Amino acid sequence: MTLTAPAKPPKAFSSPRRESSARRAWRKASPYAYIAPFFTLFAAFGVFPLIYTAYVSLYRVELQTPGDMEWRGLGNYTALLGDEFFWNSLRNTFTIGVLSTVPQLVMALGLAHLLNYRMRGRTFLRTAVLLPYATSVAAATLVFAQLFGRDFGLINYALGVVGIGPVDWQNDTVASQIAVSTVVVWRWTGYNALIYLAGMQSIPDELYEAAAMDGASRWRQFFHVTLPGLRPTIVFTVIVSTIGATQLFGEPLLLEGSISGGISHQYQTLGLYLYEQGWGFFHLGRAAAIAWVMFLLIVVVVGVNALIVRRRSRKEAGR
Amino acid sequence: MPIDRAVRSTTLAVRLGAVVLTGALLAACGSSSDGASADGAGGAVTITVDLFGSFGYKEAGLYAEYEKAHPGVKIKQTDTEDEADYWKSLQTRLAGGGGLADVQGIEVGRIASVTQQQADKFEDLKKYGADGLKAQFAEAKWAAATGKYGEVLGLGTDVGPEAMCYRKDLFAKAGLPTDREALAKEWADWDGYLSLGKRYKAKAPAKSAWLDSVGSLYSIMIGQQKERYYDASGKLIWEENPALRAAWDHSVKAAADGLSAKLDQWSPQWNQAFAAGSFATMPCPAWMLGYIKGQAGETGKGKWDVAALPGGAGNWGGSYLAVPKAAQHKKEAYELIKWLTAPEQQARLFEKQGNFPSSTGAIEQVAAATDPYFSNAPIGRIFGDAAKAAPVQVLGVHDQNIAQQITNALSEVERKGTAPEKAWENARKGVANTLG
Repeated sequence: MTLTAPAKPPKAFSSPRRESSARRAWRKASPYAYIAPFFTLFAAFGVFPLIYTAYVSLYRVELQTPGDMEWRGLGNYTALLGDEFFWNSLRNTFTIGVLSTVPQLVMALGLAHLLNYRMRGRTFLRTAVLLPYATSVAAATLVFAQLFGRDFGLINYALGVVGIGPVDWQNDTVASQIAVSTVVVWRWTGYNALIYLAGMQSIPDELYEAAAMDGASRWRQFFHVTLPGLRPTIVFTVIVSTIGATQLFGEPLLLEGSISGGISHQYQTLGLYLYEQGWGFFHLGRAAAIAWVMFLLIVVVVGVNALIVRRRSRKEAGR
Repeated sequence: MPIDRAVRSTTLAVRLGAVVLTGALLAACGSSSDGASADGAGGAVTITVDLFGSFGYKEAGLYAEYEKAHPGVKIKQTDTEDEADYWKSLQTRLAGGGGLADVQGIEVGRIASVTQQQADKFEDLKKYGADGLKAQFAEAKWAAATGKYGEVLGLGTDVGPEAMCYRKDLFAKAGLPTDREALAKEWADWDGYLSLGKRYKAKAPAKSAWLDSVGSLYSIMIGQQKERYYDASGKLIWEENPALRAAWDHSVKAAADGLSAKLDQWSPQWNQAFAAGSFATMPCPAWMLGYIKGQAGETGKGKWDVAALPGGAGNWGGSYLAVPKAAQHKKEAYELIKWLTAPEQQARLFEKQGNFPSSTGAIEQVAAATDPYFSNAPIGRIFGDAAKAAPVQVLGVHDQNIAQQITNALSEVERKGTAPEKAWENARKGVANTLG
């Protein structure tokens, strides 16, 4: 490449007061140097694994003998279509996602509404709702696993006091999914509440004042001022929670320490199934295929979300 | 115009250069710090040992003694309770080639995977003179860790001769005989054991079941078989294997009769139940004695006893110590495992922790051992007899994974009331998925 040679003439003509070309080049290049660490790391730990995963998903590879790769084409993907464990985990991911996301966002909305009132110790309370989020998944789940214990758990003890028989929180399908969802709800409600709170504070006070003047109750104010004002924030939290729910992994893994998501896979999520295939059975190719299916799934779900939102706001604009 | 283009491409080149340079710098930093952190100060060698379950070396004081005899050597042990978790992380590190300890424990259910699939990832201990140790070990134990080309891939630690551990105090409360000889006669076979269980259930203390889980019943019964999941030629036979089906049927029957406390082995709930007295019997390979002591603690002392196993001798588990190729102190690691698996140490480990020796010399030494924790049961004789009579098992690559699927299916019968035939079908699907 003859990159530097033709570059010389402009230098010869440049006035002495202008900075040297090396200096100028550095000035232009330095921003790239500063951001390079991120992109280098991203290339090494983001892009490369992504591409490698796609490559591996076309082969039959075992973790114990990574050298023997047998071409399968799309075989790993088509096998998933007939794999009832895959469909089961997809179903579980969906039900646990709904069980955790819906109550989580509703509660966060209510909590944010309360935190938005003027009251004593407001800053303390606002910080406090974030504490569950700061706890590690492992610590939180292990504590909850104890609470949900069948024989010695506090929750079953409390239920027993009220006269409800012990619930088998780990083996019963619905109960185990509720147990997993509880951990998620506990960890993320405060986080979402703070996001809603920030959104609420950007709603102009005049709207509330006007509503109050028109005789709207707090309740009506919430429905007719707060909720519409929060729509973009709600869309954001729904998308983030949906992605989080699709990738749910730590909570179900640690509930019993079972990679199969319970004895009959009753709370096995897609993330857990991926892990079981890759690190339980060592089928790296199949695990990679699941990873890509999960990725595509998230893209589709988020895309559908965005479409719905756009259509709604267009409808409103037309109104 | 050409000038303009040239300038632009210059900056592009600089940009690219900056990116590449930064990458190279990062890479350089990474590799140099890796190299420097290899060892501790002053020539001292830290041998890392990574194990699962309870090998009991630390508890028996063997590390302390070795460190004393070898100044400059420090031993650092890490331990994972559940072998399945341990194996998973070991496989990941073997595939990546990093993060491996100098000594890695290998369960006997996995040793076929090591000899058949991963012989190139572990040191051939013949290099260090392991050949000379052959005469010390039980023949089957030695053979199982020998690779295709005669490599010695691990040194045998314990074996798992089976017996039945039981809570004498709970038996007395339920009006059952408590004498271990009398019990051995009552439960000469598994039907006897199950009918005694029904008698126990009729008068059992509150919140106490006959056994911990049907999964452990299945595991101990399958341990009595020579062929389990594979035949000697390496063909999968578990579905047609009548011995396996018999173990399954007995376990299903125990579940149907409500004899189990429905506890998953190795789960936190299971651990809590030892002290709470939630179950009266627990099929126990020798290495389980140390585990019981650890979980039941001082309060359990003298309450437990050991009797011969219903239906004859068997073997469940037992382990190996291996040195990965990626280990940092291979020579020192070999010296350590040679010492740990020598007859004297194996004998002491049995007396302190209950891990039954695989070394022939040690088996003679411990014949008269008794254990005060287990009501002075003659564990040397009980486990020694079992070890002599236990079948030499056919080992397969996926033994452990298949066993896990079957145990899961049994748990469904036990805890969710799934129909046995449906559960068997689930096990079949699970195994197919495992083998992929």
